[in-house]
Amino acid sequence: MSVDNNAPCLSSRELPDRRLEIVLSGDWTAEVARPSVDEILAPLANSQAEICFDTSQLGQWDSLLLTLLKAIDAHCKQTGIRVNRAGLPVGVRGMLQLTDAVPEQEGVRRTPPHSGLLEKTGLIGIAVWEEAIAMLTFIGEAAIGFVRFLLGRAHYRRVDLVLLIQECGANALPIVSLISFLVGMILAFVGSVQLAKYGAQTYISDLVGLGMAREMGALMTAIIMTGRTGAAFAAQLGSMQVNDEIDALKTMGFSEMEFLVVPRMLALILMMPLLCVYSDLMGMAGGGLVGLTMYDISILEYTQHILARLRFQDLAVGVGKSVVFGVLVAISGCMRGMQCGRSSQAVGMAATSAVVTGIVMIVCADAVMTLIVIGMKW
Amino acid sequence: MGEPHITVTELTMAYGDMVIQRDMNFTVNRGDIFIVMGGSGCGKSTLLRHMIGLKQPAKGSIFYKNLSFWDASPKQRRKLMMKMGVSYQSGALFSSMTLAENIALPLSAFTALTRKEIREIVSLKLALVGLAGFEGYYPAEISGGMQKRAGLARAMALDPDILFFDEPSAGLDPISSRLLDDLILNLRDNLGATIVVVTHELSSIFAIGSNSVFLDGESKSIIAQGNPKRLLAECEIAKVHQFLTRGNLRKNSMSAHGDKV
Repeated sequence: MSVDNNAPCLSSRELPDRRLEIVLSGDWTAEVARPSVDEILAPLANSQAEICFDTSQLGQWDSLLLTLLKAIDAHCKQTGIRVNRAGLPVGVRGMLQLTDAVPEQEGVRRTPPHSGLLEKTGLIGIAVWEEAIAMLTFIGEAAIGFVRFLLGRAHYRRVDLVLLIQECGANALPIVSLISFLVGMILAFVGSVQLAKYGAQTYISDLVGLGMAREMGALMTAIIMTGRTGAAFAAQLGSMQVNDEIDALKTMGFSEMEFLVVPRMLALILMMPLLCVYSDLMGMAGGGLVGLTMYDISILEYTQHILARLRFQDLAVGVGKSVVFGVLVAISGCMRGMQCGRSSQAVGMAATSAVVTGIVMIVCADAVMTLIVIGMKW
Repeated sequence: MGEPHITVTELTMAYGDMVIQRDMNFTVNRGDIFIVMGGSGCGKSTLLRHMIGLKQPAKGSIFYKNLSFWDASPKQRRKLMMKMGVSYQSGALFSSMTLAENIALPLSAFTALTRKEIREIVSLKLALVGLAGFEGYYPAEISGGMQKRAGLARAMALDPDILFFDEPSAGLDPISSRLLDDLILNLRDNLGATIVVVTHELSSIFAIGSNSVFLDGESKSIIAQGNPKRLLAECEIAKVHQFLTRGNLRKNSMSAHGDKV
């Protein structure tokens, strides 16, 4: 059937009764240059009643020939010319029949949406409103789940909770150590350059101690945990959504809030304060290293200064913040995971959105809490 | 037509130390609709993964015409793979792309076609699987059966010589499943393509299969080959007969076991 090394060729000849015969020969495949659709359609401009095909010299063909024939079809339909497919190879005829088998349903095709500025603004407004409602609903449901947990009525697997605590606690120690130590060093370094101008470099300890305890320890831990654990929660719950696992839980009679969200929230609420205290200590150690190496402040002196200056409230403020941050990380991660759509792309979006939501909520909450703490003169 | 297209010789499949099937030998002829059947867990899908180049055999080779797939150079292998179309069990469409983009992806990457030509081919392929007009939809917006057909449209994008189907009728209603069978027959008849189908759907097996292998999980080997209808009529092996008759033993229809479906 195949005629090798045969360039595709097209010609037409007029037959009696206003019929036009299109002669296709050679190989019509993607690898070789072909006559364009317009060339084929050109002879059709005359007023024929029917077109037919002669394909006795046609070699190989592929989908491109089919698309050409479809184009001819569409053109002839518009101009009212009959298409006689009898001269086409059996395979081509069969494939064309298949494409016609299920005609396009009306209203199925989509045109790209075109919306004006006003419409877009409105849509954004609606989206923000719906988002706010969804978040409040989620927080409410999570709170109910939490209360049920406290009353001992929640259904969950204890082993999951233990694993989550390990994941949010011990497994996070290396990254928290590194970041906190460096942040402590940076605080000490930036502060000491200024303090040294007044010969007050011994106050590095105050700066680092207070800075880490009241603010940076909690904030850095929270940001690390958003990126590390919040994103992981969102991705995991999102994949569970994609695999129908969450539906399975629901139909078994579990509440997804009690089974999935509350243990995650609890793990973070329990572990964040511990990580925060640990981060405080690591930061102070980092500051101490800068003091020791750059300004010859002995470790003993540095420690004594910190112990003298640091009050219990300072630590409590940081730890208190970290509890709030823990709740926020858990809520943003779990909420985005539960809201996740049913595709792999949606899982990616859920993880991204969990981190963004988490960081925004943490920084906003931090600002508010700092104002309150200062206002109360703690 | 009729010359050997895929030849599997002495193929042993294993995951680590766990052997799935050993010393498999069979030939798929051009234009065949070749069925790979067997109970759950016998290695049907694993065999498919070997044939489409996703998994390297522990032993043995797979020849495409005269070229051994795993001994070929990476370039030859890529070329061979471009001539294969695979329709995955769940469609495996890229969820971040519309149907049109899914089908256009191999076309724009591996051919020199213009955008307009690609658009036309995309519409043609969607029309072939009965999805005319669905170009702009994302996979998540259409039903499972439609996803499956769209996956087939993508598998056919490059006009493959060989089409592989993994459980084509799983999750489809009987009518859709029947339509898909008709489509597979049509593609074979009209394109002259070779088709390999992994399935345990009996109605499909008898409706479309022209040749088959029966994998057995216990003996880890092929225990029967041939046209499924002939196997039903002639095969003396109890397991095969039970499988092909949904659990009825040849002379004793009372002892139907529920574990072979």
